[in-house]
Amino acid sequence: MSTVQTGGTHKSHSPKIYILGYLLSLVLTAISFVLALTHSMHVGPLIVLLTILGALQIFVQLFFFMHITEGDGPPFHSVLLLLGLIFTFAVALMSVWIMAFGTNVSY
Amino acid sequence: MSALQHAITAHADADTPLEYQNPHESVKITGFWIFMATDMLLFGCLFATYLVLRTHTDGGPTAHHLFDIPGFTAETFILLTSSFTGGLSTLAMRLGKRKQVMAWLTLTILLGLAFIGLEVQEFAADVAIGATMQRSAFLSAFFTLVGTHGSHVSIGIVWMVLTFIQIARRGLNQKTARKLFIVNLYWHFLDVVWVFIFTIVYLSGVVM
Repeated sequence: MSTVQTGGTHKSHSPKIYILGYLLSLVLTAISFVLALTHSMHVGPLIVLLTILGALQIFVQLFFFMHITEGDGPPFHSVLLLLGLIFTFAVALMSVWIMAFGTNVSY
Repeated sequence: MSALQHAITAHADADTPLEYQNPHESVKITGFWIFMATDMLLFGCLFATYLVLRTHTDGGPTAHHLFDIPGFTAETFILLTSSFTGGLSTLAMRLGKRKQVMAWLTLTILLGLAFIGLEVQEFAADVAIGATMQRSAFLSAFFTLVGTHGSHVSIGIVWMVLTFIQIARRGLNQKTARKLFIVNLYWHFLDVVWVFIFTIVYLSGVVM
């Protein structure tokens, strides 16, 4: 039987979850902003931390705003999205990694 | 389970949100998730290009010189807020409050326009000091990545205006509810992409 899984209909009909999501996204942005502009860390770890904070923002949008847990039948969309995320990060990070070997070549 | 049987079952459940009640509409929501997975790949490639070419400034302006902190901070908070107001329009749709839907949608459109306005201003200021797309590989990658996001946002604004008109003329039904839900998914997706542009392009550019 494929019915819509609303993941708690009553919860999704309250503005609380949206307000919480908005506050979380503001806090995460503020943290990365302060970390970047106060020069309190070395650049390497800082970039890793900023990327993790950005990744957390993906989850805030997905779970608080985009209703990722809802859907018609099996969660095909979640699986596809996960695959898309893996490919996206793989393309970006592996490009950086492989191109680091050619840093002595100037364009 | 046949589509028809499914339609009857789904329709019988009053708790089902309006946009999921008709299987012909809800399958389009699944389809839109697939589009977003592929659009993410497009941005993944542009991010990869930017990350590789970031340091290739050819003696021209660098990220550190170019990026204006108050400017991109304002853009970020405007877009985060518009994602929130867009979400509230989905919520109002689920509560069946058409006037609220239109009010939140209007606010979202205005915030989107403010974002685009700031971005155009930023690009114009860059070009005015000689930081054009042709200047260096870094600037080509920068304008392509940020410009592709900006054009997505512009398309989103036009799309929201069209959705607004349809809801104003036809009210909230299974079809317009689905359209509103999808345009808001798109908007939240663009907000996520911007968070990464903010982090990887702007903040990292300022610290390095």
